[in-house]
Amino acid sequence: MVTARAATATEELRSSVRPRLARSVITLIILAVAAVLALGVGAAVGSVTIDWHDLVSFVISGHAHDPTTTVLLGEIRMPRVITAGAVGAGLAISGLLMQTLFANPLADPYVLGVSSGASLGVALVTLGTGTFTSGFVTLVGGGRFAIVVAAATGSAAVLLLILVIGRWVRSVITLLIIGVMLSSAIGAITSLLLAFADPDRLQRYVMWGLGSFSGVTRGDLAVLLPLIIGPVIISGLLARSLNAMLLGELYARSMGVRAALVRTVAMILAAVIAGTVTAYCGPIAFLGMAVPHLARLVIGSSDHRVLMPATIGMGVITSSICSVIAQLPGDNAVLPINVTSALIGAPVVIMVLLRSRRLSAGAV
Amino acid sequence: MLTLTDVAAGYRHRGRERVIVDEVDAVAPSGAVTALLGPNGAGKSTLLRSLVGLQPLLRGRVTLTDARGRDAELLQLSPRERARRTAVVLTERIDAGLLTGREVVELGRHPYLGLIGRLTDRDRFLVGETLAELQAGDLAGERFAELSDGQRQRLLLARALVGEPELLVLDEPSAFLDVGARVDLMALLRRIARGRGITVVLSTHEVELALRMADRLWLIQDHRITSGAPDTMVADGRIARTFGTRHAVFDAASGTFRVRT
Repeated sequence: MVTARAATATEELRSSVRPRLARSVITLIILAVAAVLALGVGAAVGSVTIDWHDLVSFVISGHAHDPTTTVLLGEIRMPRVITAGAVGAGLAISGLLMQTLFANPLADPYVLGVSSGASLGVALVTLGTGTFTSGFVTLVGGGRFAIVVAAATGSAAVLLLILVIGRWVRSVITLLIIGVMLSSAIGAITSLLLAFADPDRLQRYVMWGLGSFSGVTRGDLAVLLPLIIGPVIISGLLARSLNAMLLGELYARSMGVRAALVRTVAMILAAVIAGTVTAYCGPIAFLGMAVPHLARLVIGSSDHRVLMPATIGMGVITSSICSVIAQLPGDNAVLPINVTSALIGAPVVIMVLLRSRRLSAGAV
Repeated sequence: MLTLTDVAAGYRHRGRERVIVDEVDAVAPSGAVTALLGPNGAGKSTLLRSLVGLQPLLRGRVTLTDARGRDAELLQLSPRERARRTAVVLTERIDAGLLTGREVVELGRHPYLGLIGRLTDRDRFLVGETLAELQAGDLAGERFAELSDGQRQRLLLARALVGEPELLVLDEPSAFLDVGARVDLMALLRRIARGRGITVVLSTHEVELALRMADRLWLIQDHRITSGAPDTMVADGRIARTFGTRHAVFDAASGTFRVRT
């Protein structure tokens, strides 16, 4: 009798919790399906449109119906689509980590100054003419690889600097301001290089700065993917602590969260993702800041255990759409990612935020 | 029961110490509400934060004695263990993003959860029970950020209690509440302290309210703390000396302040 009553009580409790969970799960499934579709469309659209029979056949067996399509898919479309997906998911998670950590809806993966470090590195190898540049080019060879190494070195240097500074800084707000200051200072050096650069060399730097998913080769994926997917998976382990951080750092610590550790780990994860993306695709703005807001809107919760998967799905979808739109001019003309993401994405996000009363108040 | 032994609290910056309260020896009994009183800027928040490990204690020992009489040095415990035995309600305003009332309260179970953060049936039961106890059940489905100060306060108190702490510390819990709600809150805290047998320590600058409703007072004056029952402290003039100003005088008979004539 007593156990029966207890069971009913538990059942009632469960049923009050279940609808919320069920809704989140359904939303996540829809997001996952949409993400796969977006990736598919990304693979189909380009100089030649590939029909879905070929796509399915390629995914299942590794071969399309004719060899030309197989090569096109394997060497060009597949790397581009996977890069777009991984970059979208990575930057979005990275942005979410920074927004929660700094309790600031405007934070993005680059608030710590990582992209300014990468830009300086790339500016040095593309614009410089002195002994440093020639020495560097002799060391790693010229061309795209030099740019990747330079950008990665620049981001890593800034990350180390901010971690060292972070050891002495208690307040996250101070850290945020230091990150912005660091960005400005490093950006100034880059501007100085730009001001005195040979106009012919400027083109390469500018193209890198516009962002592109198309430069990534199949070989690059072996480095790019682990460096993005790894941190994304590890960030999942922070979900519980990040939830506690929503109440502020003091409350989080009172609940046993090792806030300093969480802060350091989140910063490293976000910077590794942002640094990797910047190295291979250029400083891709917008996605990292905007996608978490779209994900919050779709999932309707700040609980990181559902918000993080939603952010990943939304990141893949948004990034793939941007990459598809970039291919629209046809022929060999490809729009820079920073153009499509900001020009088309920004109005969409503004519209979405204006329609949601709560989100427009700047929820994290 | 909470026992402070030769405690000094304050700030340490670049190797230099700024002691705010020193040589504190005080006891807060379990099953009772202890109010920490002191003028603005006397160091009430600093002391409370230092007691629960939210900022480094400069010196001294903080001992928490459980119902079976076992002592534990609070600041030697692991953060997780300490989080299970203590809970705080802080004065800072929080945003909490899109979290609902229930989700905020569920966070109180954080120190007990595994890596994934899945709530057990017992966790859910405690959350429901605590919400009911504080009459906050109707707030469970609302977004925390959209609630009034009083409603938030109730949810934050529920969040603190759902972790089943032995020590509950509240920093200026009545700061944003109107008069009626302040009295209600004190009465509620007293009921909780008695009912659960836990130690409740709160800071306030509501001297008159504390005199009427707290079981014990800690009084900060000139970087030192004296403690005792409210009646004793009124009788020996300590309250009048600490809070009396050029224009306000404490009337021991009525337990209120009035304008000096």
